[in-house]
Amino acid sequence: MSEALLSARGLVLAFGGVRAADGVDLEVGEGEILAIIGPNGAGKTTFINMVTGYLRPQAGSIRFAGREIAGLPPRRIVKLGIARSFQIPQLFTEHTVLANVALCLAARSGFWAPWTPLGGAGREARARAILEGLDLAHLAHTRADQLDEGARKLVDIAMALALEPRLLLMDEPTSGVAAAEKHAIMDRLLRALRARGVTAVFVEHDMEVVARHADRVAVWSQGRILAEGPPAKVLADPVVRREVIGVEGVAVPC
Amino acid sequence: MANRLLVAAAAALLLLLATAQPWLRFVLTIALSTGLAVLGIMMLLRAGQVSFGHALYVAAGAYTVAFLRPHSGEALLLVLAGAIVATGIGLLVGLFVTRYRDIFFGMLNLAFSMVAWSLLEKLYALTRGTDGIRVARPEVAGLALEGPAYEWALLLLALALALTSGGLVARYLRTPAGEALGAVKTRETRLEFAGISARRVLLQAYLASAALAGVGGAIAALATLHVTPLLAYWTHSGELVFVAILGGTGHVLGPFLGAVVFELVRVYAAASFPDAWQMILGLVLLGIILAATRGLVGLVDDLLARFGRRA
Repeated sequence: MSEALLSARGLVLAFGGVRAADGVDLEVGEGEILAIIGPNGAGKTTFINMVTGYLRPQAGSIRFAGREIAGLPPRRIVKLGIARSFQIPQLFTEHTVLANVALCLAARSGFWAPWTPLGGAGREARARAILEGLDLAHLAHTRADQLDEGARKLVDIAMALALEPRLLLMDEPTSGVAAAEKHAIMDRLLRALRARGVTAVFVEHDMEVVARHADRVAVWSQGRILAEGPPAKVLADPVVRREVIGVEGVAVPC
Repeated sequence: MANRLLVAAAAALLLLLATAQPWLRFVLTIALSTGLAVLGIMMLLRAGQVSFGHALYVAAGAYTVAFLRPHSGEALLLVLAGAIVATGIGLLVGLFVTRYRDIFFGMLNLAFSMVAWSLLEKLYALTRGTDGIRVARPEVAGLALEGPAYEWALLLLALALALTSGGLVARYLRTPAGEALGAVKTRETRLEFAGISARRVLLQAYLASAALAGVGGAIAALATLHVTPLLAYWTHSGELVFVAILGGTGHVLGPFLGAVVFELVRVYAAASFPDAWQMILGLVLLGIILAATRGLVGLVDDLLARFGRRA
């Protein structure tokens, strides 16, 4: 079997007494959509922060496409093909939505060209295409600080997509999004990812979203992977239901 | 297109003023030289960074002219040399200060400019201290000019440099690296996660700002034909920031509009109220900050928009 696209082994990271990662092993295969669930403060975001270079693990290794990346700075890691979106959207608030995406496209190539405008070199058209894929085209000329929370989340993801990653890490892509829209947004998002052949990991609290959209789910609890596997199996596991979901009796839709 | 018309109208108005009131030629040349330095300040303001030390680069340009004048009699070469020296110093200082943001960025720039100021004061053998250095009038583009002709040549040179620099900076601000200045201001970490060095974005603008201030300083030295350490003093740096806010940062015309209004208010207020002109300047700035947050250029913009709607 070929090596997984992302392979974390024995990751350890403690903040004071709290062990956010306590010997975590996790693999993500090419093209897979992996959901990470777990209680608040379990270390899910810490995992994203370690993979993207924001935090350096105290022990363990992270290999991406056969290359060790643990401890590399974010700027290097994104160039290798890993992009992320944020739980709290990180937008360039004084720019339009189109400019936000175009800046990320430029970051990929042509950023330092001293004469070509931001929308030049085909960037405007490509930015529009990304926005259309996420049904955001009507917001192209809206300033990023004028958006509602759901749109900000999606623009944040559009910016990550503009970096043309092989692996996209998303921190709670549907939090702050109206419940009625969650599935529609995830459908759109995953369609855009699959169309580009992007592998994705997303942290999620909404079990319905996980059940419906993830290929595989990993349960992160107290710095360890408590269980992993297909959503139907993992979400039905009584231990997972008690530890993570916090209820045993309620039926989990699959 | 509307922008180009506006710039052309502003340039024409400036030349008209200089023709109608001959003594304004000098004032307007100084205003344009200030505007060049403020154009650089504006680039840094786009990144949310305020330098309280850019008089250092104005002084670098001016003293380069004074030091090289005995070796070269050509104004154009002296201006070029002023820009090169200022950019060189900007690189040394910029590599350091662009690691910092906000108050630290502002104060470190201030610190470097104060070191330069005290060196210019103390190294008497080299700089003649507070007496400063007199600059012999050079040729302009190979022409030995006297009196009004020299003043006109210098004003036109300053105007040509202002138009060129304004055009180049406007273009740069629309490129990814120029647009990213606003991103340094609002969400610097996201730039890093996109693979872009925010520090490099800021350093590029910093080098441009040093070069522009150097050109401004060189023009000022050629206009006054005398340089003193006061050029590097912190009040001069503060004045550049003052003019940037006054003019507005939304358009490259802002720095020049601000500088012209600043110099005219200063000249007329100083003539009419010799003891109170700083108070008048203060009140003008207060009015701008309270009533026109986008500066004079924003005010012009609003007026044009209103005019356009009516037409």
